Amino acid sequence: MSEPIVQYKDVHKSFGDVKVLKGIDLDIHPAEKVAVIGPSGSGKTTIIRMLMTLEEPTSGDIIVDGTNLWKMEKNGAMVDANEKHLRQVRGDIGMVFQHFNLFPHMTILENCMTAPINVKGEDKKEVEQRSMEMLERVGLGDKFDNYPSQLSGGQKQRVAMARALVMRPKVMLFDEVTSALDPELVGEVLEVIRDIAKNDDMAMVLVTHEMDFALDIADKVLFLDEGVIAEQGSAADVIEHSENPRLREFLSRFRN
Amino acid sequence: MDDIINISSQLGRGLGITITILIASALFAYLMGFIAGLSRLSKNVFLRKFTGLYIEIFRGTSLIVQLFWLYYAIPMLFGIDLGSNWVIGVIAIGLNYGAYLSEVVRGSIISVAPGQYEAATALNMSSTQRMRLIIFPQAVRMMLPEFGNYTIQMLKGTALVSLIGLNDILYYGDILRSSNLSQAPLIYIVVLGFYFLLALPLIFATRKAEEISKKGVAS
Amino acid sequence: MNYWSWERFSDALPYVLSGLGTTVMVTLSSFLFALLFGLVWTFLRRIPNRGFNWTITWIMEFIRSTPPLVQLFFIYYAWPVIPVVGMTLSPFASAVIGLGVHFSTYIGEIYRSGIESVGQGQWEAAKALNFSLIDKWRRIILPQAFPPTVPMLGNYFIIMFKEVPLASTIGVTGILHMANSFGSQHFNLIEALTIVGIIFLALSYPSAYLIKKLELKLNNRY
Repeated sequence: MSEPIVQYKDVHKSFGDVKVLKGIDLDIHPAEKVAVIGPSGSGKTTIIRMLMTLEEPTSGDIIVDGTNLWKMEKNGAMVDANEKHLRQVRGDIGMVFQHFNLFPHMTILENCMTAPINVKGEDKKEVEQRSMEMLERVGLGDKFDNYPSQLSGGQKQRVAMARALVMRPKVMLFDEVTSALDPELVGEVLEVIRDIAKNDDMAMVLVTHEMDFALDIADKVLFLDEGVIAEQGSAADVIEHSENPRLREFLSRFRN
Repeated sequence: MDDIINISSQLGRGLGITITILIASALFAYLMGFIAGLSRLSKNVFLRKFTGLYIEIFRGTSLIVQLFWLYYAIPMLFGIDLGSNWVIGVIAIGLNYGAYLSEVVRGSIISVAPGQYEAATALNMSSTQRMRLIIFPQAVRMMLPEFGNYTIQMLKGTALVSLIGLNDILYYGDILRSSNLSQAPLIYIVVLGFYFLLALPLIFATRKAEEISKKGVAS
Repeated sequence: MNYWSWERFSDALPYVLSGLGTTVMVTLSSFLFALLFGLVWTFLRRIPNRGFNWTITWIMEFIRSTPPLVQLFFIYYAWPVIPVVGMTLSPFASAVIGLGVHFSTYIGEIYRSGIESVGQGQWEAAKALNFSLIDKWRRIILPQAFPPTVPMLGNYFIIMFKEVPLASTIGVTGILHMANSFGSQHFNLIEALTIVGIIFLALSYPSAYLIKKLELKLNNRY
């Protein structure tokens, strides 16, 4: 098997006195699709937010493509990473948020174009071309010049995915991307994720409550409970054969 | 009617001073508002405290007191006479409203949703790019109505410069009144009318700014 | 050349402070005036007639967007010579009316926003329970409309306090007036003006603090 692109090594995270994650060890391989499930408050979102550098681990290491994300070497010692280091390492990671977080002052095309041009310094014409293709792919080819406020929730989330994809990440993080949507809009967003999972060779980590969907597309499923990975394995292993009573109870709430 | 025309032509002589003071002090105040507002958000403790002191002093006292104080203090502190009360008027109004505007700037920047910071980070922007491309453009839209309101306040504040001997609209109004007391009601009504005409475009601009800021999108 | 003198500073201190009572009285009186006159605007704007409403709105806009200093001069110098209604007013009364009317236009807006903050359901409930007009306002609307306006009213109290020195231009003997008169006797104003500034700082902050307290207290009632 290939070298992992992301490794978590004994990662802990506390908010004040509350211990949210109590020792996470996890390998994510290139092109692997990982689903993270578990009760709310179990720390699912925190796992991917630390990888996106939105939250700093309390202890432990996160290694991205062989480089420590939160620590860097300085004069022979490991010290806390500075912004420059974080930017170098997180460049291969993209994220889609629960609440879309589109930039309201930009058209949807501009939303897609701003980072490749300003962050990666790519050619504007080329980026525009790629952004349009990506928006067409998510079914929004007729909305280039609309502002986010003119779109439905499902459309916004599809723009957010196009925006992340235009950056060509090696790892894409999905943070409960359907939780804020009206039920009838969930399907269109899941379709786009399924399409990405099938046709793109990036690794994906999905934090989700869409259990059937997650089990359907995931190579690996993690069940997170009380701050630790209580179960992990293939979807079939975790769902069908696990003896873990907490997992059985959790799953039973989604299946009846 | 003839009286109104006569009065207006006299008051018109002060229009230049009122307008130039307004424009110069507004630009100065906007500049101070951004500098002080951003300094308040700086990581540098000294800069934050120092700016805080400036804001507290200018918001905690009256414009008229500040104007008089600077009028006497500037020549004293710097041993120089700026040679122009116009400059003193601009400095006083600019510093005073700059302090108020800095709170508007600071408040708008911190009220940009945290999700916007996160999305910018997820797109690997540097903190400078994040501020320039994402936070600032949105904050500015939120600031516009308050900038409009404070500009109207500044227009009202310009009337004070007549008290340090500048020949603005009110100055000529007072001259007219002192030579013809029985016309005082008409004179001051026309003076107020002058200020209102100057305020009207600002009022409409502020209303427009409210629409823009509500949409969050330039139109 | 002017220079700073601590001796002059200590001479000026009691002199300037002797105007504080007047400054505070003008502030309180004109604020009270504005609170009452603000009701008039709010009432007038609720009269359901488009043309009338438009007229009142623009009168308020006119008063609000023209300099209070000019309005003070109008009342002090021009009012007495207006035929029939005109009468000579003391500097104190002129200041109270001038500042009071000017700020009543802001206060009226605050009342309006308070009333509008009461949800539609409350009005409907009052109707459904068959309250009389007076009871509806007294028991349902005002108790809910008032608390959110308190911090805004408090802010305007402080803003008005800082506008009161304008009244020195028409001879109200508050702290700024005393400072000016001390300065002209001693040929240097800087110490006396500095004292005025310090007094304002010393009084603005406790007031702001008290208003915060009051706001918290009112917010905790429901």
